[in-house]
Amino acid sequence: MACKTEIKEKKRGPLAVIECTEDIPCNPCTTCCAQKAITFEGSINSLPKLDEDKCTGCGICVARCPGMAIFVVDREYSETECLVSFPHEFLPMPQAGEEIVASDRQGKPVCAGTVHRVVRPESFDGTAVVTIKIPKEYADQVRGIRTERGV
Amino acid sequence: MTYQTQVAIIGAGPAGLSAALEVAKQGGKVMVFDENDRAGGQLFKQIHKFFGSGHHGAGVRGIRLGQQLLEQCIQSGVEICLSTVVFGIFPGNELGIVKDGRSHTVKADKILIAAGAGEKPLAFPGWDLPGVMGAGAAQTMVNINRVRPGNRILTIGSGNVGLVVSYQLLQAGASVAGIVEGLPKINGYAVHANKLMRQGVPVYLSHTVIEARGDGQVEEAVIAEVGPGFVPIEGTEQTLSVDTICLAVGLTPSVELPRMAELAMVHLPKMGGYIPLHDSHMRSSNPDIYVAGDVAGIEEASTAMEEGKLAGVSMAEALGLVSAQRARELAGEIEERIGELRIGSHGDARRMAKEEIVRGYEAWLAKQK
Repeated sequence: MACKTEIKEKKRGPLAVIECTEDIPCNPCTTCCAQKAITFEGSINSLPKLDEDKCTGCGICVARCPGMAIFVVDREYSETECLVSFPHEFLPMPQAGEEIVASDRQGKPVCAGTVHRVVRPESFDGTAVVTIKIPKEYADQVRGIRTERGV
Repeated sequence: MTYQTQVAIIGAGPAGLSAALEVAKQGGKVMVFDENDRAGGQLFKQIHKFFGSGHHGAGVRGIRLGQQLLEQCIQSGVEICLSTVVFGIFPGNELGIVKDGRSHTVKADKILIAAGAGEKPLAFPGWDLPGVMGAGAAQTMVNINRVRPGNRILTIGSGNVGLVVSYQLLQAGASVAGIVEGLPKINGYAVHANKLMRQGVPVYLSHTVIEARGDGQVEEAVIAEVGPGFVPIEGTEQTLSVDTICLAVGLTPSVELPRMAELAMVHLPKMGGYIPLHDSHMRSSNPDIYVAGDVAGIEEASTAMEEGKLAGVSMAEALGLVSAQRARELAGEIEERIGELRIGSHGDARRMAKEEIVRGYEAWLAKQK
């Protein structure tokens, strides 16, 4: 007899990762999502929730979040690599193919990687969504690139 | 000469322009005065995207909101007098202004003071060295005048002003040696702090600046950890090589004109200092004078715009330009939007402080009867 319980396979492909940790009144992430994958329970002050089944990893929310607190991670890009997308508002703009040093949430260098793509349409109003390719074990650690501006 | 207007507004920032637009929409004659050579107040310095929801302009950079507001004002016939200092406010609803080196009088039926705020200083040995400046001043230099104030910055204060300005200095190509915060936690939005930390900027919590050193210019800053009562702990001093120290230790309402007009005031440290008492629709203790924006308690540009609109509707109603019922509807919509901005771990304290100002006004009013 077939099992009636449907076991959902963990969704593959790119998914938004929302690192919004504080209840501040703000909602562009919900209004910009064409898939309606990001919602609030209650007021615009609550933390956003992601419906992973609806999220296509398009990255619009990455550009729109005023707190620059949303990322897109594709954990299974290849056998050994993942993709991490993050908002970027520094010049010079990284170029696809460029070799970079990926850094963590404290700006500490983590590993070497390459720029996979840079998306910067006019509608993002200057914010680029930069996607880098790095070894997959660093998917939860890497959140940007060093721009030689901090310390 | 003497100018005559229905509404005179002091300050062409987010509150002043928003109020002007509301009055002009109802057909009122409005003159706005600003001592600066361009309108927009702090909005044109805000190159980051704003929080809030769609009707607050969320996700839109402050500078764009400023441009939209200014265009709408001009299209609606608001007269904006720039490079014009309002030096006095006199009985009979008269303003003294100086324009092109000459003084004039403005007679208005209603006056809105939306003069904004000034930066609080912080005194320490070496604070008078060139290179020590307000964070807001640094932001004006870099975003308005396109001059980088220095190459290696230390910011004192982790409120949103300190965090936003530090990030914008990074964007302008400076390096930021650190953010120094006296409290054991970050004072502003965590997301603003996280943006800086991802660029490797260290945050020194429970620290203060002890001294700025240098020969005719800041060359280094000494910081130290603080214990109870913010007293520096001996032996924890460290020296950072910096050429600029940005002070972001709070703002204080610019209440010179409210004082001259003898408006009733309340002292509320959490809102920046002395604040004119006002009713829930921004009318001060003088029924012809209104206040809005930072002068009515330090908040943000988003709330300043809403308060400005509220003051605008209030003045339009008082002038008979809009019916009491319509004014109530409009004010209700605005109050709902303001309410959305004054919630959460950061907004709750501001809401309670604003309620205290209104309660203070009501107590003052009761005493007059």
